[in-house]
Amino acid sequence: MAEQERSKERRRQDQEDVEEVEVVTESDSDLEALDDLLDEIDEVLEENAEEFVKNYVQKGGE
Amino acid sequence: MALHKVLGTETEYGITVKGEPGFNPAVASSLIVNSYPGRRVRVQWSYEEETPGRDARGFGHETYGPLDPEGAVVNSVLANGARMYVDHAHPEYSAPECYDPLEAALYDKVGELVMHQAAMAAAEKSGNIVSLYKNNSDGKGNSYGAHENYLLSRETPFGDVIRYAMTFLVTRQIFTGAGKVGSENDRPKVPFQITQRADFFEEEVGLETTLKRPIVNTRDEPHGDASKYRRLHVILGDANLSETQNFLKLGTTALMLAALEDGAIPDPLDLADPVESCWRVSHDVDLTRPLELEGGGSATALELQGRFLEWLSKYAEKELDDPVWDKLVGEWERVLSAMETDVMSLSDTLDWVAKKRVFERFIDRDGIGWDSPKLRAFDLQYHDVNPEKGLYHRMAGSGSFRRLFTDDEIAKAAVNPPERTRAYFRGRCVDLFRDSVVAANWDSLVFDIGESHLKRVPMMEPLRGAADLVGSLLDEAEDAADLLQRLGG
Repeated sequence: MAEQERSKERRRQDQEDVEEVEVVTESDSDLEALDDLLDEIDEVLEENAEEFVKNYVQKGGE
Repeated sequence: MALHKVLGTETEYGITVKGEPGFNPAVASSLIVNSYPGRRVRVQWSYEEETPGRDARGFGHETYGPLDPEGAVVNSVLANGARMYVDHAHPEYSAPECYDPLEAALYDKVGELVMHQAAMAAAEKSGNIVSLYKNNSDGKGNSYGAHENYLLSRETPFGDVIRYAMTFLVTRQIFTGAGKVGSENDRPKVPFQITQRADFFEEEVGLETTLKRPIVNTRDEPHGDASKYRRLHVILGDANLSETQNFLKLGTTALMLAALEDGAIPDPLDLADPVESCWRVSHDVDLTRPLELEGGGSATALELQGRFLEWLSKYAEKELDDPVWDKLVGEWERVLSAMETDVMSLSDTLDWVAKKRVFERFIDRDGIGWDSPKLRAFDLQYHDVNPEKGLYHRMAGSGSFRRLFTDDEIAKAAVNPPERTRAYFRGRCVDLFRDSVVAANWDSLVFDIGESHLKRVPMMEPLRGAADLVGSLLDEAEDAADLLQRLGG
């Protein structure tokens, strides 16, 4: 292998390594589990979110 | 040697009534407190004078005049030694005094169950669907408290407590926060922040809890022998749903205070501007913003917590035998080290990280923004104590959180007091002699045994009245009169 190609190969290797680091935060199966959780949350979340948030007022305390 | 850190929490719950946006919160809170179906007595609270009284095994009794009947309406003492009452516009659960931070985290968790049971009973009784939230802000500039209490020696100079606790309390926010969308109280705008409470703090030191809230609160009510004890009332903290997080919050703070009393913290790590730092830490979800130190230099909250961990883990290893401290230090190390590499890996441990993970995915998946009502609704409903509706409870139910306690342990602690503090005596008396207990405070119980005068039992020592000292006496007593005779004899 020519020197130039070898260094290109190394660069590509480096890039792949970098990419691997980037996707480490949430694996596919984790993401699937998280989406299942989000679906469950959607089911129980107050139907009228805007109204619910607006009416949540707390005065006094401590 | 530092005084044993007896500790406990007091939490005000947010309250709403379904279909009634204009409800009266004091009335709804009374409904909740009066509906609690578990064993308890309605009492008059704070019926006392500062008189140490006679002492037999830590107790004695004195005679007192008549009670004010108004006082008993919205105050209850539960069979687990807790106090449940209406604090202005919120139902509050003040957990019993606990022996260690793990137990204190358990008895704080019990508050959610107690509130839920009360709400269920209230619905049955009145037809009103009341929802209760273990949070600290309505997102509209109103905050209510989740306070912690730690026993200190009267000999520890309070100036030292203020100085050493300040930086610790400000920086511990990175693992005590329950998370909140947006900011309040005219603080700089942020999409999401670590704590619910930081925005509301305006002073370094002071007596207030509702206006100009101070980082270090100076309220001096020892709830015990004032010549020996002080109680540090910590108001800069969020109510936590995560059990592990609550254990960390209570445990690290108790450990810091013990080390402080033993002179084992070499440097208070004074901040140049504690109040600004308080907001800054809460607003810094990436944990990278430096805080200026008094006398020059700067460090992040995470770095400063690392210093405390280094000192306090050595102190715990050298001075404290109980394995609960190994567990605590292990968790603290794990959390700080995860924060250095991948904070999102703590979504099973910290409320704020769990929320952030869900929010970021909702934003990605549904194409919504941080100001979406859906995120704000989640932000509130996360704290609902109803296990069917509360999103923390749903997430914990599907295994999204590291738990410290089983549901069974929590249910048992709702009806049984801690065994190693005076809460044991209080809780057992409520359970056994509830017709005779007429008034209570943290440091006394007042009995009506049918005589012309009421009998008051002072409990000035937080560690006396524990099961090993009074357990058999309580088991053997036929009634309250018999108990008092045995105590006085």
